[in-house]
Amino acid sequence: MARLNVNPTRMELSSLKKKLASAQRGHKLLKDKRDELMRQFMNLIKENKQLRSEVEAGIAEANRYMAVAGSVMQREALETALMLPKQEVELEVSEKNVMSVYIPVFSPKYRTGDTDDIYSYGTAFTSVDLDGAILALSEIFPKMIRLAEIEKACQLMADEIEKTRRRVNALEHIMIPDYQETIKYITMKLSENERSTTTSLMKVKDMVLNQSHNFN
Amino acid sequence: MSEMCKTAVIGDSASVSGFAALGLSVFRETEAEKISKLIHRLAANGFGVIYITEPAAALADEAIKKYRSRKLPAIVLIPAIDGNTGEGMRGLHRAVEKAVGSDILN
Repeated sequence: MARLNVNPTRMELSSLKKKLASAQRGHKLLKDKRDELMRQFMNLIKENKQLRSEVEAGIAEANRYMAVAGSVMQREALETALMLPKQEVELEVSEKNVMSVYIPVFSPKYRTGDTDDIYSYGTAFTSVDLDGAILALSEIFPKMIRLAEIEKACQLMADEIEKTRRRVNALEHIMIPDYQETIKYITMKLSENERSTTTSLMKVKDMVLNQSHNFN
Repeated sequence: MSEMCKTAVIGDSASVSGFAALGLSVFRETEAEKISKLIHRLAANGFGVIYITEPAAALADEAIKKYRSRKLPAIVLIPAIDGNTGEGMRGLHRAVEKAVGSDILN
């Protein structure tokens, strides 16, 4: 480990000791943060995986209906049927703080009170498969919103976990050992100085005594 | 703190038309450059959630990456009409790999 480039003085020593104490406290806190984030991330990611398979299955079903509808109806007729939607959805976004990661929470607000009011066309000129497609989509839509929320949460938490892990590692393997080594170096240097002062004093004392009293 | 935001769907016409009935804003776009621009524009104009089909997402990778670490918008990959490429699931595995260090899903 590299020793820090500082003067071996008492002042440096005491400031380094303070830094070491706060680095150790920070290390412990960050480690706890990382562990808790990881625990929550694992729960979320399981739900995320489950939800994603459900959503993908639901959309695949809707797409099957849509493909059939597209083949029995004319393209223009299909587009026209869906041109003016009755329903409109807005999301109310609030945020949740998970270990200082701010994750969005979406709650849908529909324009019409009846969420089943989704068919924007008369049934006379459209294929029944189009109804099926739209029904399948509307059934899966609440899950899609939850998926958006949870997938964002997973991405943000993955970022934060990575950052926190880097910080923990930097403290654990670089900063704390560096401080410890520098503190050791300064302590050694200071006691070495002290010893050398003592010996030179003893020497001087001997010389003075020798001169004045001819002691040996 | 709460605000209202809108929801968009981007992809080829056949895959995304159905979402119009649910009241989502539908954008039929299949060109790489236009998709990237669209994503930036939607993000700047208060869209909170953007669903994008996997083939469309493959064309605008850079733009999507840019918003991955931001709180909003959430960009979610959905399968297109011609089948599931598994890219959405791979995104999940990537997140796990980033957080844990190795892919421990499954």
